[in-house]
Amino acid sequence: MQDNFSMIDQDFTDGLLDKHDYLAEISHADCLTLSCKPAHWVAFAKYLCQEETFDLLVDLTAIDQGDTADIRFEVVAHFYSRVHHDYLRVHIDCLDNDKPEVDSIASIYPAADWHEREAFDMFGIIFSGHPNLKRILMWDEYPYHPLRKEFPLAGIDTPLPAPDVVEATDASVEPAPMMGGPFVSPGSGPMSDAEPRAKDESWTEETEKPV
Amino acid sequence: MIANEVAYNGKVEGDVIVTKADAVINWIRKHSVWPMPMGLACCAIELMASAASRYDISRFGMEVMRFSPRQSDCMIVAGTVTYKMAEVVRRIYDQMGDPKWVVAMGACASTGGMYRSYAVMQGVDTIVPVDVYVSGCPPRPEALLDAMMKLQDKIGNESSVKNLKKKPPVVAG
Amino acid sequence: MSTTTKEISIGDVAARQAAGVSQMEGEERMALNVGPSHPTTHGVLRLIMELNGDMIEKCEPVLGYLHRGDEKIAENMTYNQFVPYTDRLDYLSPLANNVAYAISVEKLAELEIPERCQAIRVLVCELARISSHLLGMGVFGMDAGAWTPFMYTFTEREKLYTLFEELTGARFTTSYTRIGGVARDIPDGWLKKVSKFCDELPKAIDEVEKLLTRNRIFIDRTEGIGEISKEDALAYGMTGPNLRASGVDLDLRKDKPYSGYEQYDFDVPIGTRGDCYDRYLVRIEEVRQSIRIVNQVIKNFPSGAWYAEDAKKIFAPPKEKILNSMEELIQNFMIVTEGPQMPSGEVYFEAENPKGALGFYIVSKGGGVPYRLKIRAPSFCNLSILDKLAPGHLLSDITVILGSLDFVMGECDR
Repeated sequence: MQDNFSMIDQDFTDGLLDKHDYLAEISHADCLTLSCKPAHWVAFAKYLCQEETFDLLVDLTAIDQGDTADIRFEVVAHFYSRVHHDYLRVHIDCLDNDKPEVDSIASIYPAADWHEREAFDMFGIIFSGHPNLKRILMWDEYPYHPLRKEFPLAGIDTPLPAPDVVEATDASVEPAPMMGGPFVSPGSGPMSDAEPRAKDESWTEETEKPV
Repeated sequence: MIANEVAYNGKVEGDVIVTKADAVINWIRKHSVWPMPMGLACCAIELMASAASRYDISRFGMEVMRFSPRQSDCMIVAGTVTYKMAEVVRRIYDQMGDPKWVVAMGACASTGGMYRSYAVMQGVDTIVPVDVYVSGCPPRPEALLDAMMKLQDKIGNESSVKNLKKKPPVVAG
Repeated sequence: MSTTTKEISIGDVAARQAAGVSQMEGEERMALNVGPSHPTTHGVLRLIMELNGDMIEKCEPVLGYLHRGDEKIAENMTYNQFVPYTDRLDYLSPLANNVAYAISVEKLAELEIPERCQAIRVLVCELARISSHLLGMGVFGMDAGAWTPFMYTFTEREKLYTLFEELTGARFTTSYTRIGGVARDIPDGWLKKVSKFCDELPKAIDEVEKLLTRNRIFIDRTEGIGEISKEDALAYGMTGPNLRASGVDLDLRKDKPYSGYEQYDFDVPIGTRGDCYDRYLVRIEEVRQSIRIVNQVIKNFPSGAWYAEDAKKIFAPPKEKILNSMEELIQNFMIVTEGPQMPSGEVYFEAENPKGALGFYIVSKGGGVPYRLKIRAPSFCNLSILDKLAPGHLLSDITVILGSLDFVMGECDR
């Protein structure tokens, strides 16, 4: 949909791409989307903050493309400019699939501090140069990274982070029962398998709880 | 229920009421339950609404919502209990003095609600013993008041004197 | 941010050491844990603070006590099935979250929404804004020690709840929008009731203002406390009334209007100093501007369709059509079981919620279930400044600062 209030036009995009050869335009469907080579990420972020008017870091997150993809983890950052009245999206690939790592921009945009901690917590991406990279949403000793594609929605058995509670009540972190929802039909494949069922593993009377 | 009523036989006793100790103790306890609001999520807003002027919880003597566990009788768990928060809920429950009751308000506190995920404890009854479950997401204030009335009935039926004579339980941790 | 430095006389260090008072580098420091279960925090937030007497030296917020896994849940649900989860993000203004989510998914599909539906959404968003600010300011007064404004604002909110219940069926947690429209059209006579409510509301706000705005105690507690400079506010990614109170003119309803906001005439209050008092004033004025918008919407309420009628694979048609026509029945079945069919691509959309800018970043690989859904929560970004803001203030100021930032842990932790 054409955004009538945006002032980012083709000239601006061309100017940006000419100046920085490590950028590539991916699309301009809803806002200008660029991909940046990881080695120049910090330099580009500094450029956006100081030379251009993108002084508001709106969001920084990550995507897991699945373990069969060439590049598994990407970090995606959104910036906003009050002068151009528009967003800018930047994709940065994590070159190593097993130990994903990206430079941290927390020194340039303090807002990135917590966003990078959350990306680390949920995906396991290490942000080198981050002042305080530890988990923010899950407890510190949690062994898994929940938003990775192989982690089940119901969770995996882990001990509860409070030994005194466990002693008193014998509780632990158990996988949630998926019986009863949410139900989605796969949409592709044979019609006989099109019955809506829980997309994640189903824990029913027939199939056992996931370990 | 009839056995716990306060009985008054004017002809024989005059100005003295003779009844069971249970009846008096339960009557006093149920009409001044001081809740400890464990307001975690959206249900806390309905809890506050039931304490506000339209659905006055003060009619039941329960407007004293002190956030100190030492000064309260009933813990109303209003909202989703996550595994990270479980330790805190249990610790506060342990700090409350006997006799104490727990009301699991809302679907999330009763059974985990619609959050069947890795981080949500599927019901607070895994870690504390619950007396009344209130369904709803969030339950209307009238439902909460109904639950408190059911709790009052439950308190009315307790054998308080027998429980008084028991040794107090050892607080864990 | 201006740091206040005060000279504290801590007496004879040697004498204190002899008396056995524990020390750190010759100062008297104490570690204090505030929360997670604490009446002055807006939900379950834990603050680990180091105090030097009454003065805060370090303040570290610990989040995650309400992390429910919304983003992972979204990868397993259709777009319409996820709407109830958006209610519970900022649970003080659920309708605004619903609208933000619906618009972002519609942007992915590049759907055109008819005017009546847009007007309904604007109306409902502004009512949600009034509701959220009323509660925010009531609880802010309570944090500073005033009980009565809380009672007054809750009475007004109860009137709003009655309106919401008539429209959507639930007092709050409404789940009112669908992808491509809203759940049902507005009932007859509802607009008149909203109009009546808006006529009575300014009096109630005046009463709250009479109690707080020129109140000596309130001003002493909030003026000059928690000052956030313009540069800090932008650097830490703050949005919404908190950013505007610091002097930055950024309101998404004016900068990037959505859902027909450009037709309505309203002002955006901007603060000067960025302290707690400014944030309070900005919110009170925003309620008045919202009343103005609501009156304009009602005056020029468009007629027509209340859902995108040409969105065949996205919006489930109304029940009368489903029960009487084969094609609509099949359409409804496909949309309910497989979900609204979205093209592949990515989209980011932010709406001006009462707490700030609520954004949804959706990556879709086709089909009815998103591949990745990121919720950009305004409270998450607003809270990150606490690390920098709190040191230098007294312990009793922290409750006022937290109240003025007006965050909600439901969306902060998701």
